[in-house]
Amino acid sequence: MIKRTNLISRTYDLPNGYSLAAYESVGGYKSARKALAMSRDQVVAEVRAANIRGRGGAGFPCGVKWGFMPKNSNKPHYLIVNADEGEPGTFKDRTIMEKNPHLVIEGCIIGCYGIGAHAAYIYVRDELHLSKERLWQAIHEARKAGYLGQKPLGFDYPVEVYVHTGAGAYICGEETSLLNSLEGRRGEPRLKPPFPAQVGAFGCPSTVNNLETIAAVPLVFELGGDHFSQLSELHYLKDGGTRLFGVSGHVKNPGIFECAVGLTLRELVYDLGGGPPPGTKVLGVIPGGSSCPILRPEDVVHAPDSSSPLHPWHGKPAFDVPMGVDTYRALGTMLGTCCAIVLSDKADPVLAFHNLMRFYRHESCGQCTPCREGTGWIERILDKLIAGEATMADVDLLHEIASNIMGNTICAFGEGAAMPVLGFVQKFRPELEAYVKSKGKSGTGRLAL
Amino acid sequence: MPFALTPEREREFADILSRYPNKMAATIPVLHLCQEQNGWISDDVIAFVAQRLEVSTAHVQGVVTFYTLFNQKPVGKHTIWVCRTLSCALRGADDVLRHCEKRLGIHEGETTKDGKITLKTAECLAACGQAPMMQVDKTFHENLTLAEVDRILDNLRKS
Ligand SMILES: Cc1cc2nc3c(=O)[nH]c(=O)nc-3n(C[C@H](O)[C@H](O)[C@H](O)COP(=O)(O)O)c2cc1C
Ligand code: FES
Repeated sequence: MIKRTNLISRTYDLPNGYSLAAYESVGGYKSARKALAMSRDQVVAEVRAANIRGRGGAGFPCGVKWGFMPKNSNKPHYLIVNADEGEPGTFKDRTIMEKNPHLVIEGCIIGCYGIGAHAAYIYVRDELHLSKERLWQAIHEARKAGYLGQKPLGFDYPVEVYVHTGAGAYICGEETSLLNSLEGRRGEPRLKPPFPAQVGAFGCPSTVNNLETIAAVPLVFELGGDHFSQLSELHYLKDGGTRLFGVSGHVKNPGIFECAVGLTLRELVYDLGGGPPPGTKVLGVIPGGSSCPILRPEDVVHAPDSSSPLHPWHGKPAFDVPMGVDTYRALGTMLGTCCAIVLSDKADPVLAFHNLMRFYRHESCGQCTPCREGTGWIERILDKLIAGEATMADVDLLHEIASNIMGNTICAFGEGAAMPVLGFVQKFRPELEAYVKSKGKSGTGRLAL
Repeated sequence: MPFALTPEREREFADILSRYPNKMAATIPVLHLCQEQNGWISDDVIAFVAQRLEVSTAHVQGVVTFYTLFNQKPVGKHTIWVCRTLSCALRGADDVLRHCEKRLGIHEGETTKDGKITLKTAECLAACGQAPMMQVDKTFHENLTLAEVDRILDNLRKS
């Protein structure tokens, strides 16, 4: 169901909506005042009740993650805000940084308090120069107004917020790689355990949250955790609130739309995105960033088991399932970052597959052999396929290599690269085989219209 | 000649250090600061960063070679990055890249003879809804048409 909301994006259309004045004109910093007057446990309980599922891709409940932070450690704690925004197809966090940066700063104040930290680092990929500028400006304004520093908003709980920049590496969005990068090292992922809540930034307990997750936190204290959660049609699945939905690729009206959780992919692509350009049809949609296996319009839900979160949609098109963390996992794909990429029938799916695999080969950090070698091998097979030199056995080999990456790497990059392979091979096998038979001549040979 | 920061950047250096519990954490921001001044990360820059942050040159070298945005050799006065990942490719990134190559007379990865413009490709730059796009120095140019690309290139050439 389409339920447009205007909470995260409240300042987006205001003149100088990124300024403190604009933010305060719509009630800004009242939530931090409320939260800092509560106990730390109460803050975490409120966030837990809000059922904010992590907006960075894995969908882990924010309040539960905050609850992992130690209570009586004598080390400093850190809040790390992930604004690496590198997952292909994803362009949502940038809108918050550019158009509502104070929401992030307020979220950091509450977040620090909730996890016992006095410093937050917002890790922004270097290319987002305007985002960094707007965040720094917001930090300076907030500091000047007395909302950050030794006594934020008059409370005896020091909080500082800093922006840290990356230097061009997709892997640094992975939380442990990000921690290494923050510490001034090569961005190679770390083995878990220990988890960041025990040993995170600078060897200290840390919480890593996506920037949109943190931006949702002030809304929780404005509305109340339960009320925030109930905005969502999937409240009963503990998938609450409102979030940013993105759509790009072959649609008439690409963009970011804030809606309550419960929107379907069909609504996102056809109603908000305006549907495919005239004379084309939707071929497939990658629902939440490139790591999420592709869905096709003809996919039908099979969930006869009444305990499945998908059961209510048994027999219905997959496109009509509300976009939620658990509903999408049950569909065999993922909600990811909730930013969809639409392929029309004018786009060659084999070239789309190749484009993504080139990306993963390029971005593999090279630490783990299955990922480093596997992504290169997959790309080379697709090179061969497009050149008309592949055999049928190569199509099966794609599946085999991807299966051997799954679960055999230090971080989830491996799964992120392998899952779309399994998805493309499953959903586009006839197209891949036609490429073999026609010696690379069967596709449209183009991605653009 | 050994590398040194301008007085203004020295102040920024001190500000950067104040943000972290140790000096090593400043490695990436300080490398950016140096590259802004020097255009690329030379051996002298590496020696400077290592000495000022009290880390080994091997550590700094390791960081420089890991991240794509640190230039390991000199580049043009301006750098263009054309995003080529899927959302952009679906909306004409290949045409934008080929057009740039033709107009500049260079291939991706090269610099024009006058040393003015380096042409690179980039992976998804978080502007997928405004595809196709390219980044020129610190500015994003979105919803590109080839005419718009021409205008941008002409302005760069004049600057
Ligand atoms: C390869 C890889 C890249 C990732 N990139 C990002 C990213 O750009 N931004 C982000 O917030 N999370 C990213 N993540 C997820 C983070 O590891 C982490 O789960 C997330 O920041 C946690 O925040 P959340 O619980 O609020 O979603 C990535 C994960 C992997 C495996
Ligand atoms: S694919 Fe080009 S900006 Fe995302």
